[in-house]
Amino acid sequence: MSIRERLSGNEAAATAMKQINPDVVAAFPITPSTEIPQYFSTFVSNGSVDTEFVAVESEHSAMSACIGAEAAGARAMTATSANGLSLMWEMIYIASSLRLPIVMSLVNRAVSGPLNIHNDYSDAMGVRDSGWIMLFSENNQEAYDNLIMAHRIAEHKDVLLPLMICQDGFITSHSIENIELIEDEKVKEFVGSYHPQHYLLNDKEPMAVGPMDLQAFLFEHKYEQAEAMRNAKKVILEVAEEFEKMTGRKYGLFEEYKLDDAEIAVVCMNSTAGTTKDVVDALREKGIKAGMLKVRVFRPFPAEEIAKALSHVKAVAVLDKSDSLNGAGGALFEDVVSGMYVNGNNVKALSYVYGIGGRDTTTKDISSVYTDLEEVVKTGNVGNPYRYLGLRKE
Amino acid sequence: MIDKNTPADKLTIGGNIYDAGNAREFKTGDWRSIKPIFLSEKCKQCGLCFPVCPDDAIPVGKDQLRKDFDYDYCKGCGVCAKVCPFGAIEMKTEGEN
Repeated sequence: MSIRERLSGNEAAATAMKQINPDVVAAFPITPSTEIPQYFSTFVSNGSVDTEFVAVESEHSAMSACIGAEAAGARAMTATSANGLSLMWEMIYIASSLRLPIVMSLVNRAVSGPLNIHNDYSDAMGVRDSGWIMLFSENNQEAYDNLIMAHRIAEHKDVLLPLMICQDGFITSHSIENIELIEDEKVKEFVGSYHPQHYLLNDKEPMAVGPMDLQAFLFEHKYEQAEAMRNAKKVILEVAEEFEKMTGRKYGLFEEYKLDDAEIAVVCMNSTAGTTKDVVDALREKGIKAGMLKVRVFRPFPAEEIAKALSHVKAVAVLDKSDSLNGAGGALFEDVVSGMYVNGNNVKALSYVYGIGGRDTTTKDISSVYTDLEEVVKTGNVGNPYRYLGLRKE
Repeated sequence: MIDKNTPADKLTIGGNIYDAGNAREFKTGDWRSIKPIFLSEKCKQCGLCFPVCPDDAIPVGKDQLRKDFDYDYCKGCGVCAKVCPFGAIEMKTEGEN
């Protein structure tokens, strides 16, 4: 029997880490993810985990310690947000290029400046090309479930890439909701123990990690990383299938909500999906064929699958909770639209930047997006495709 | 053995190297702009030069005698020429006769 609890997103993440019982956790506190290492250090003190907790002096060191631990042959985890991730940036690329399956809880927050501690995706979008697998979570349950699945994906022999589980800062991390936990023993069995093929502490096989990699080799090593990322898609689905057998909870690359017969659709991630589902329900009651697509797996990006899932809609709006400041669309918009273009799908598309710096996004805001989409369908005219949602403007 | 012709799918992940002592395969001699010339007739085999070589460019045989330079590893730093009390190592610009 699963355990019914009520936990915040941060508590859910820390609980998953407790059940995973990794060899090493190295983390530095930063709002809004601070509670994850805080709760976890309590588990260490209480002896409920065997983990070596490394209290480092910065996030750069946190990621470096995780890299050292993983290279040595240990299972390492960390948690951070926003500027903490920024400070890790150098080591983020090293972790993925050395093919070390570190698992991170990223509690999404705006990267300064000016200083803001609230939720948006400027932290995650900053590392979207770094070679980490990135899973997004709508609520505490998904943040927990994704973490339980994380090591199975990251440590798979065809993958061997680091992985981050994203959840919304404060909106998810600090909201207490109902959650179904899996029994400790079942988690232990599902996650399994970690036996890397090559590791530095193996005295039978002396090895060098991260050697000089010049013109003759780096290109091929980057291609290997890209291949591993392509392989990850299949592994993510296989692990999800096994997870469903254990819990009954089904996960795919993305979630389709009333999308089958939808004429207009919104693409979004994390907690915004909850608000959007509410709006879709209300619109359906009025006979409007609205649907939603929630991206769970952002890296690898399921371009072909998303293009197919959206191929029948007449207009789609993609919601980006960070502005790429590129004079064109947001990061998710560009990925969705390029996926559709390459797959010969010519659906009219709008880009909305919204929720920056923790700005509330209400059902009224999301409703207005569907109204805009109806207008696009009616007139056949997209107008300015680069739009803002909830921005004050005269 | 992995070299610049090895295809991507035959490389190790992340460029990992799974055996020890592989620095020998990393030949750095082409970095050199000046070159030490060993004048064996002036050499007294005093043994001062080879310990100061930062790489492995001065081979010493089983007979305890230093041999001519192994240019595969010599970067032309000139430390050996500086330390030689007998003028038995002369630095010349690379490419000159």
